[in-house]
Amino acid sequence: MLTKRIIACLDVDGGRVVKGVQFSGLRDAGDPAELAKVHSESGADEIVMLDISAAHERRKTLLDTVRRAARQLFIPFTVGGGIRTVDDAAEVFAAGADKISINSAALAEPGLITQIAQRFGSQAVVVAIDAKRCGNRSWEAFTHGGRVGTGRDAVEWALEAERRGAGEILLTSMDRDGTGAGFDCELTRAVADAVRIPVIASGGAGGAAHFAEVFRHGHADAALAASIFHYGFSKLADLKRELGAQGVPLRWPC
Amino acid sequence: MMAIVDYGAGNLVSVKKALDWLGQESAITADPGQVAGATRIILPGVGHFASTASLGRSGLQNAIADALRRAVPFLGICLGMQWMFEGSEESPETPGLGILKGECEKFPERVKSPHVGWNSVEVDSCSRLFRGVPSASFVYFTHSYRVPVSEETVACCEYGGRFSAAVERDSMFGVQFHPEKSGEIGLKVLANFCSF
Repeated sequence: MLTKRIIACLDVDGGRVVKGVQFSGLRDAGDPAELAKVHSESGADEIVMLDISAAHERRKTLLDTVRRAARQLFIPFTVGGGIRTVDDAAEVFAAGADKISINSAALAEPGLITQIAQRFGSQAVVVAIDAKRCGNRSWEAFTHGGRVGTGRDAVEWALEAERRGAGEILLTSMDRDGTGAGFDCELTRAVADAVRIPVIASGGAGGAAHFAEVFRHGHADAALAASIFHYGFSKLADLKRELGAQGVPLRWPC
Repeated sequence: MMAIVDYGAGNLVSVKKALDWLGQESAITADPGQVAGATRIILPGVGHFASTASLGRSGLQNAIADALRRAVPFLGICLGMQWMFEGSEESPETPGLGILKGECEKFPERVKSPHVGWNSVEVDSCSRLFRGVPSASFVYFTHSYRVPVSEETVACCEYGGRFSAAVERDSMFGVQFHPEKSGEIGLKVLANFCSF
């Protein structure tokens, strides 16, 4: 049986892992390569590393971090942040990433999704959507770390991304991100039911019940969390054990 | 030297990395001469079945077919495994190597496609490739087309019906999943291949 994936996310700034609360108030949480390995050994099904600084001069630091992390990671590894061209993507793949995640650049130039998918395959292209509720059952896609509204409907944008060759959607609820109040199941379900590609729910994980809820009611294929894994709120292995006991199909033991 | 065949279909770095980790010397190559002289051949690949057409044009197909006749151990991964068969519904005009009988088919409409994620495999206890790998182990898949179950099948997966997760015959092996991305289990499968 195809299992639900638990993805550990590392938000990286200048070569260190940080995690914000609703995109601000950053705290330092360690070395990304080391943490990626710890999560992998603890049962993460996948690692996502997002460079939230993505300032040009920091690209080299990121590539070096990706290289160090990839050397000892034998589970899928996604890297995102600041990828604007096919060449940027190629560098990240060459450093050892299996998938890249694009957000702002894809909204500015949707053809980029197709270009990367044609060269590296759709399975390697994750389109990240930062969505903010803007009414009853409607969400707007934001860019630039949640600072700039696009006026685009998140569900409609997810459908376009799929049509253009995206292999997965990484859907973050900006309203829930960092709150620990649970995933936005309504948003996740709206997107997951609209597209045929897998949807990774993100933003708001605070405990095992939230994961169970977003798989059952949000129809998510995978769920991602960062902060709960870093500060000892919850060990990934404990989370999987608890979800398994609740009947969620998982890769466990692994 | 083990050859990882580069025919422009996706990223081969992760396969090389896993072999490095296992202490196995390998080289990514697009040179038919180097493939012909290899002691073992791995054909990875992701993406569209049509991209395997370049194997024929470049002379790599002949080099691989010749190596197979000499019983050089061969492992096709994902698209590389699909190419061992006669063809694929994904690109009917592109013939596969055809060394194994059968055609790759689409997943049925009732399940999401691509099939992405960790799924369990039912392993044939006689398989050499899965020696030491327990049945019901989880491996990582990402694909939109699949190989039906046949007499060469040594591991089965269930997703919208059963399909071949792995095949083997003589010195030829194929895996639909990504051993280089399947944690300890995947590394075990690669290590087994390297021991033949």
